[in-house]
Formats: sequence, structure tokens, C-alpha cells
Amino acid sequence: MDNKKLMSKMQDMGALIALVLLVIVISIISPEFRTIDNFLSLMRQSSINGFIAFGMTCVILTDAIDLSVGSVLALSTALCAAFIKGGMPVGIAILLSLIIGTVLGSVSGILVTKGRLQPFIATLITMTVYRGLTQIFMNGKPISGLGDSLLLKFIGRGSVFGIPVPVILFVLIFILFTFVLEKTTFGRRIYSTGSNAVSAKLAGVNIGRTKLAAYAISGCMAALSGLILLSRLSSAQPTLGDGFELDAIASVALGGTSMSGGRGRIWGTFVGVLIIAVLNNGLNILGVSSYYQSVVKGIVILVAVLSDRKR
Amino acid sequence: MKIEMKGINKAFGGNPVLQNAGFVLADGEIHALMGENGAGKSTLMKILTGVYTRDAGTVTVNGKEVVYNNAQEAEKEGIVFIHQELNVLFDLTVEENMFLGKEIHNRFGVCNKKAMQKEVRRILDVLGVNIKPEAKMDTLSVGQQQMIEIAKALMVDAKVIIMDEPTAALSQSETVTLFKVVRSLKQKGVSIVYISHRMEEIFELCDRITILRDGEYVGTKNIPETNMDEIVKMMIGREIGERYPERNTKLGDVVFEVKNLNCPGTFKNVNFNVRAGEVLGVAGLMGAGRTEIMQSIFGNMPHVTGQIFMNGQEIQNKNPWDAMDNGIGFITEDRKIEGLMLEKSIMENISIANLGRISQKGVLNKKREQEMTQQGIEDLHIKCTGAQHACGNLSGGNQQKVVFAKWIFTEPKLLILDEPTRGVDIGAKKEIYSIINKLADKGVAIIMVSSELPEILGMSDRIMVVHEGKIGGFIDKNEANQENIMILATGGELNG
Repeated sequence: MDNKKLMSKMQDMGALIALVLLVIVISIISPEFRTIDNFLSLMRQSSINGFIAFGMTCVILTDAIDLSVGSVLALSTALCAAFIKGGMPVGIAILLSLIIGTVLGSVSGILVTKGRLQPFIATLITMTVYRGLTQIFMNGKPISGLGDSLLLKFIGRGSVFGIPVPVILFVLIFILFTFVLEKTTFGRRIYSTGSNAVSAKLAGVNIGRTKLAAYAISGCMAALSGLILLSRLSSAQPTLGDGFELDAIASVALGGTSMSGGRGRIWGTFVGVLIIAVLNNGLNILGVSSYYQSVVKGIVILVAVLSDRKR
Repeated sequence: MKIEMKGINKAFGGNPVLQNAGFVLADGEIHALMGENGAGKSTLMKILTGVYTRDAGTVTVNGKEVVYNNAQEAEKEGIVFIHQELNVLFDLTVEENMFLGKEIHNRFGVCNKKAMQKEVRRILDVLGVNIKPEAKMDTLSVGQQQMIEIAKALMVDAKVIIMDEPTAALSQSETVTLFKVVRSLKQKGVSIVYISHRMEEIFELCDRITILRDGEYVGTKNIPETNMDEIVKMMIGREIGERYPERNTKLGDVVFEVKNLNCPGTFKNVNFNVRAGEVLGVAGLMGAGRTEIMQSIFGNMPHVTGQIFMNGQEIQNKNPWDAMDNGIGFITEDRKIEGLMLEKSIMENISIANLGRISQKGVLNKKREQEMTQQGIEDLHIKCTGAQHACGNLSGGNQQKVVFAKWIFTEPKLLILDEPTRGVDIGAKKEIYSIINKLADKGVAIIMVSSELPEILGMSDRIMVVHEGKIGGFIDKNEANQENIMILATGGELNG
């Protein structure tokens, strides 16, 4: 048993080692990279993908996938921006936005559980429809001029004791998700649903409700991510969040979560998110063109997934 | 074809699985290979067919020593292994399955369907089974799928066919057909190696029997010159005593009752009850609807009408969690798919049905979870390295004990067992019977569905026989025997 524990620890370490190596190598090459300022901005950037990736982990652990996160982000953010512009108190608009994200995620969940659509297809549908609705709602134009609410500024641009608020949120939500997945009955249901849905159902796990909840969480996290972006950009764009699902899924895969569900940890996703962020940030600083960046990212994911398969 | 395996050793990762194992197969005989789970039967056969390489020992075929590097090489020599998990593609037709990888085609790769279908018809005629070449595999019964596997063996002109638990999923009548086919193959000079846990079948069908124990060769007997007790003794190395431990439970009041349960096309007008401490055996042929009735009670079947009562109160089981709240537990037929999460630990598997008991307000109490698992492992004698042992690495008997532990902790008032000892070796079987008896002693009402008549007869207080979705009748323990159960199971009526 100790051997096995050590093995799984080592495996968790695999992604971590990759992260540390990346940081060391880029630090050596670039003095700009190894500053505290850059570190904080890297963490801030990673939080945006991080929230989505945490939600995505829950969904993937139930043996499903959520392609709609980018579109959920866009639609919930657009509505939030419109509410604020229309004079709604910012606090309420933010809350509403999170609720909208949750509802949009739940719709995907209902398509999967009640509609019995395959998760890939179901969320391909919601991804397309939500994006279209966002375009219709915004008439293809950004919404800006959101006033100068302190609260809105605070969530994306504020900091506490020098630490950016998104980073604080990122860490808090990481801890929350770890707790939920490892220490609660709901976490157990998520894992069992993905491990063997038939057996879980016959042991009294409401697998439909569990999957639905995972999608709801994913939608909520996408909306949260959108709020950070809204705060930072001071405007909502119709194309906001386009392609975000890919970085999120890549982070989950990098973190060692099984794409067929049942196995994986939030800790792994956390490391995966940081790897993606270090790559994005580091390659930018090193002046690597974005075309090459994609190739490098792809190769890093390939190496990580291959090394995960060996055991 | 004569085969002699002698002094075979094999270890996996330093773990010896076979030590001085072997057996001798004569021309045109049906040779049973028996032993408890883990005795090394399958490993020995996999060495013969080149799936594994041997560490030591000799294999001679018709007097010549051979080494096969893979199953294809063995197949070319006429030795075919039909595995327990059938190797069929459900979306393809019978003909496509049989000719998979051996399609008759012209030089452009276009298949000659006519020629292949003709060949399929010829072979199926030889077997005397009525299956159409263009039938989709998933429309066939398991027994028919098994015939296709045998047909595949005949297609490559097999001289030796190894069958691993061929009747595990077959109905009574399919078993009869299989035996007929096996006997006719023997007439044609084909030798059969027959691996099975079912003693009755071996005595009915086989000529000789070789017993393995803990990877070692124990002995070979001529079937007419031996008996079941001797074989069991050879298998476990000691006297097992009574196969079905005695139970002296006083039956209590009716705990559970079903009235007028119907499911269109599956079963009709099902009425029965179970009392506290009673074991109600449910017999019937494969496909009679027994499993479906149990799944309905547990809320896992759509379109079911009727009434269910627990302690006189009507209850509604819309889904499994309703059923569990109403005090019902269900040990399903297929533990690998329905019963367990194989990649997960013993602890997680036991916990999943007991989350409420090991948590407060949704937060798990790991200490309590650990204690519960430890208690389960000790009470049920689960052989493992600890609570974290993955269920997929346990033997069949120990897996089944984990399933029992999982349900015992839910403290059911009614526990439904569907084929509780399928694929479990004799030693573990007896332990499971003791567990069932202990539960009955505690006043749990038990429904036990089983296709093994000796088990039904040995364990039940009362026997309910299901025939084609209807209750054929009830037989009391004292009056029950194989004959009257079979009469009811095949739609007959008992006199008086």
C-alpha cells in the first residue's frame, strides 16, 4: 500500500516537476520572468483559466465534458455588463451573473441527463447557441462605459496586501474544491459516477443529479471567470472567452485527471493551470510568436499525457 | 491430438502462479480442468495456447515439443481457446464476426459475401444450430453467441477446443444444446478441455478430470471412478464438510410483500411475500424474468405497475435510492459492472452505499469510514492488503464479499441476492452461505435468485419458481427437489 501511495504521490509530482523545470528554465533565460511583479500577474492570468478548469475537472470526473464554458462566460458577462450599464447595483449584477452562469451550465446538464445527449454533443449545442445569443444580444458590438464602480474594479484589478484579488479568489476556490471533492459525500458521488455509473446508481447515487450539479458548478465558474475579465477590460466583448474550453481541458489533462472520469484531483488541475499560464506568460516574454506558442503548448500537453500513461 | 504438459512453472513479477503444473489430454476426449479460483487453470491454458510463455516445463503436442509465441500460432496448429468473456463484436453480423480478419475477398479487397455466408451456413449446419448468417450478433442469445465462437473454432479446423466456463451465462436448454454439440465434436475426434466450477456438469459431460490446487498438479481421475466429495477434497486439500451450512432461524412476520407487479412484455401478475429471517429462493430458467422482477422491486426498471409493501406499509420505489431508503438492499447479478467500481478501493466501494452513515451534513468522517471498512474486512474475512486495496485486484469471492459488506452496512430489512455465488470458488461459496445465514438469523428477509439448483435447494426456506414472466408456483423446503422445480420452471404443474 505504501508503495502504491508513493507511486501516486510521484505521479502527482510529475506535473509539478514539469512546472518547476519550466519555471527554472524560463527564469534562467529571462530576467523579466523572474520578478515578483511578473509572478503576480502570471498568477492573475492563470486565475481566469483556473476557475474554468476547476469546474471542468468536476464535469470530467463524472465522465462528461463541457465545451460550452467559453460561451457561458460570454453570455453571462454580456448580461452583467448590460445590467450595470442599465443602472443595476453592481453587487446584484455580479450575483445575477453567477446565477445566470449556473443556469446556463445546468441547461447543458439537463440535455445530458434528461435529454440523454452525449456530453460532447450536448455542450457543442449549448456552446453554439449561447455564442449566438451573445452576438444577438450585443448586436455584435462590445458593451462598455460601465461607470466607475469600486466593487467592479476591485474584483479584477484590486489587491489585498499586495496580492491581486483574482489570485486570492483562485487560491480560496482551489481550497474549497479540494475540500468538496475529497471530504464530502458530494465529492464521493462525483468520483463514483465517473468510475462506474451503473454500479453507483445501484448503490443509491443519483447520478443524474450529480452530473447536473457538476455542469451547474462549471457554468458558475465560467461566469466568475467572466466577471474578472469584465472588471479588467471594463467592457464585455461578444467574442469573449472564445476557445477557453481548450485551455481548461488541457489543464485538467495535464493534471492527470482521467478523461473517462473517476480518477483525478483538483491539485493536479491547479498545477496544470499553472503550467499553461507559465507557458503563455513565459513564451510571450521570450518573444516567441503566438503560432509557435500553440505548437509548444501542444507538445507539452502531449509529453505530460504520455508520461501519465506510463505506470 | 495428444497434448502433454509437464512441470510447468510460471511466475508473474516474482509471484509464482504455477508450480509443477500439468495435464495430459488424450485424443477425442472431454477433459475437465478444475480448481478453485486462482488455482491456475486459465494460466495453464494460456501457456498452452501461447498467450503466456512458460518459465519451466515441457509442452508436447503429438509427441513433439512445441512453443507457441501467440494465440495465432496455436490456432494454426488447431488449438483454440474460447474465453469466458466471449470475443464477439455486437454491431456486426454472424458472418462478419466469423470471418473477421479472414474475409474472403478479391484482389481489390471487395468481400465475397455470398461465399462467406455459404461457408457460415455449412459450419452452423455441422453444429446443428439454427442461426442466420446475416443476423446481428446483439440479437442472439448468449448461448447462440457461444455457438458462434465454437463455429469459429471449427472454421480453423480445430483439433483441441478449450472452453472456459462455457455455461456460466447459458440457460438450461442452451446448456443441453451445448453439450450435444460438444459430444458430437468428440465423436469427430476433437478433444475438449472443459473448465468449469459446476460439478454436476462435469460429471454429466466429461471423461476425465484433472485438478489443480494453488498452481500445482494434484491428480487426474476417470470420471466414472470418482465422486464429487473426492474431487472437492482434492481441490481444497481438506474436507469441506457440509456444502450448505445449517440454519435454524425462526421465521418472523411478513416483512415484504409484492402485489400484482406487472411489466409489459417482461413479467405479469407477480405476487409473493417474504418473512423476517426467511430465505426465499427464486428458481427459473435463464430469461424467465427473475432478474427483471428484482430490478423492479429495487426501482431500477421503467414501466412497472403494482404494489409493494414493507412491514404492511405501501412503498414507492421510483429509483434505487428510494428503495434503499425503504430498507432494501440489492446484490446484483453482475458484480463487475453493476456491483463494484473495480478501479476503486474496498473502502470507496463500501462507502458509496453508506455515505449517510459516514458523514455529517455532507462532510465525510474519514475515521468512521476507515473503521467501517476495517470492520467489513474483518467480519467477512476479505483477503486483501487493507482498506485501500483496489477491488479489481481481488479474487471473485473476495469481490463478492466486498459487495456483501457494502450492503450489510446499509442494514437492509430486505436483501435481494441475484446469483450471489456466480464465479466464486467453493471455499468462498461456503463463506458466503454462512454470511447469508447470519443475516437471516438477524431477521433480514432474503430473496435469493439462483440458477444453481443445488444452491437453491440447500439454502432456501421456500422456493418460488418463475416461468416466462409468471410465478409458476411455490414449493416448501421439505418438498422441494430438482424434479419438481424443473417441472414448474418449464411451465408444468405439480400434482396434488
